[in-house]
Amino acid sequence: MTAYLKRKGYEGVALTLPVTVSYERYSIHGAHWYVGQAVRALVQGSGLGKAQIDGLTVSSFSLAPDTAVGVTQHLGLSPRWLDHIPTGGASGVMALRRAARAVQCGDAEVVACVAADTNHVDSFRHTLGAFSDFARDASYPYGAGGPNSMFAFITAHYMQKYGARREDFGRIAVAQRANALANPNALFKTPLSLEQYMAARPVAAPIHLFDCVMPCAGAEAFLVMTPERARDLGLPHVLLRGAIERHNAFSDDPVMVRGGWAQDRDELYAQAAIKPADIDVLQTYDDYPVIVMMQFEDLGFCAKGEGPDFVRSHDLTHAGDFPQNTSGGQLSCGQAGAAGGFIGMTETIRQLTGQAGARAVADARYGLVGGFGMVTYDRCLCTGAAILEAAA
Amino acid sequence: MSAPGRSQARIPQRAAQGSPIMPPLVKPPRKNPILRTPQINLPPGARGRVALGLTAAAAEGRFVLQVCKECGATQYPPREACYQCLSPTLHWQEQSGAGELLAETTLAHSNDLYFRERLPWRLGMVRLDAGPSVMVHLHGEVGAASSRVRVGVRLDRAGQAVLIGFPEKGSEHMADDPMLREMASDPKFRKVLVTDGKSPVGQAVVRALAKAGAELIWVGQAEPWKQPEGFAELAALPQVTVVDLDVRDERSVQELAALIGAKVDIVVNTAELHRSAGIAGRRGTDVAREEMEVNYLGLLRLAQAFGPVLKARSADGAAHATAWVNLLSIYALSNYPAEGTFSASKAAALSLAQCLRAEMRGAGIRVVNVFPGPIDDEWNQNLPPPKLAPQAVASAIVKALQGGVEDVYPGDIAQDWLARWRDNPKVLERELAAGGQ
Repeated sequence: MTAYLKRKGYEGVALTLPVTVSYERYSIHGAHWYVGQAVRALVQGSGLGKAQIDGLTVSSFSLAPDTAVGVTQHLGLSPRWLDHIPTGGASGVMALRRAARAVQCGDAEVVACVAADTNHVDSFRHTLGAFSDFARDASYPYGAGGPNSMFAFITAHYMQKYGARREDFGRIAVAQRANALANPNALFKTPLSLEQYMAARPVAAPIHLFDCVMPCAGAEAFLVMTPERARDLGLPHVLLRGAIERHNAFSDDPVMVRGGWAQDRDELYAQAAIKPADIDVLQTYDDYPVIVMMQFEDLGFCAKGEGPDFVRSHDLTHAGDFPQNTSGGQLSCGQAGAAGGFIGMTETIRQLTGQAGARAVADARYGLVGGFGMVTYDRCLCTGAAILEAAA
Repeated sequence: MSAPGRSQARIPQRAAQGSPIMPPLVKPPRKNPILRTPQINLPPGARGRVALGLTAAAAEGRFVLQVCKECGATQYPPREACYQCLSPTLHWQEQSGAGELLAETTLAHSNDLYFRERLPWRLGMVRLDAGPSVMVHLHGEVGAASSRVRVGVRLDRAGQAVLIGFPEKGSEHMADDPMLREMASDPKFRKVLVTDGKSPVGQAVVRALAKAGAELIWVGQAEPWKQPEGFAELAALPQVTVVDLDVRDERSVQELAALIGAKVDIVVNTAELHRSAGIAGRRGTDVAREEMEVNYLGLLRLAQAFGPVLKARSADGAAHATAWVNLLSIYALSNYPAEGTFSASKAAALSLAQCLRAEMRGAGIRVVNVFPGPIDDEWNQNLPPPKLAPQAVASAIVKALQGGVEDVYPGDIAQDWLARWRDNPKVLERELAAGGQ
């Protein structure tokens, strides 16, 4: 096929000012409150005026009927570039990719990427029932289990096909809990042992309690600008080295065994001119441990089917030989709706700019962030990944 | 979480998940009168307009999926455009349902009240041989993944189509699976009122219900002095209690409802008045009014008297109130001039039955409409065959209850008229005006 236009690289894009608005199990605030506090932290932290934030992306499930448009008036912003990115777990990578192009092309100088959701006592049930056309027609009427049922199928099928055991998934959950203990924002504050993991009550076998994320309220956000701008503002920042996304990949697989990463990862590493072994810290999207394992495979850290062996032979804690979800991830911090799609991005910026405190990975230069979102029927449709590098 | 009466609200759990043979349902214990009668919570009932095509076919017991007319791809979930060639022409086509169970789970938790009260609940992901992967409610006799299954469709308590993974070959008691029993209105261990048990169809229905395991059958009689052949024998059946019921008489209906209404699980309205005449064939409106009194107003009286209490008991233990059956006629779809006034009364009854169905839906009570062609009885004496044996109507009714079907067109004539009516109702009208040819 003739290439009419060569894909351009991601040079000249910096990420800075990782913001986390404290997670709460339940909140009486609306989503706008969380968006507002995230933007406020970005303004205060950057020293920029509100008017200088001329680009905005918003991701949220609980903002309806508003979108990013309503947010501008609510917060008194007047950006010249705006995007609403309703893709949940993939929204962090997707927001970054769009913001990066806007900055590269000069459509915006400073883009605020924000993901925020509230969680009321009954929110989760309402979100599930109205999640998508296909969910309404073909999955919600079957037990109304939401993603638990689908990931039970995906996990059971993966276990049968590749010989994974519950203990293997347990290692992921247990290591992430250890990481979370060094993260003051994590909602889970007590250690988790493998015995406790194994003894947990079933939710939708083989999914048990500690395979599930806890829905909560919260926000994550960061700024995208040129490295020069970040330097002038005196902001610790990282550089974007590569980014991919893919939607509805491998739709012929009868049950999901791989994600779109497997299709695009070569291009991802080629953009950054590095190999998987060069990655110092990895943040996978972790709505369920099986997806973490799939990302190890599909992002090239091991071959397909070797995920179980990989977790048996690596220490996944921040101090280990394969630091993974160093903040504790959603499994141990909580899932603040769409902010769950940003948690890996803010954590990677922190790790690569020396802001990770007690959970810092020593001498980390390259970080990789996975994104995964939107179970509209029988699998997650959106995958994405980005490679970030510490600024020299 | 333990609310008063919760134990009574719970549907009995199957003995073993994925056991090859279903243990037969045992007779449910007597109701504890101290506990509150549990109220129904329906499963999620929202569907898009396209997806209702699945429900429309399921109402007749057919499993259909959309198939692309241009490229032949089978679609699921229901779509507005072909996922392969983007054609907008997707036709609903009958499916064999053969497929492979790829993965399963048993829900121990649900955010939805209906399922919460019925946990644990088994679900599967099946790859149909026709292509798509479908999420199904899984029958207890289906073995562990991966195994061959047959996917079928049922209406759930919300009246919406759901897919079910059945074992390729089920055991004798497979209908006793608690999940499947929820999707149907099996007369087994239930108490049934047959509003007229003296007509040939009424008698056949009583016998068929007794054979299907109904626990108690109240058999209505409007004219106690009439003793048709076989009725004495029928009245002697251990399940049968004969009761006075004249659907033309509001007081008679109310009195019976006061007596037994709170125990009835299924109403089968067989009361029918059938005389042959069009408009010019008979002077006056007396007979036509009598037809309306029985066929239309009779249904209205019964529905007002028995409907509310049926709704109140729609989650009352394992043998909860479950269904209402109307004996209509294929003439309800389009007037058969030779039986013009009878057709009109049945059309009125059909319209009212649709109203009843809508009102019952909120409680998860199924309204089954039966549209037979001419029945082989005294009022069709002069009609040439094929005519439908009363036993055939009765077995169609019982089968509909067991299979959870909503609309039944038993017999060749009914099927033929239905096909013509679906094809073009105006053409059928002309055909019937010309003498039914």
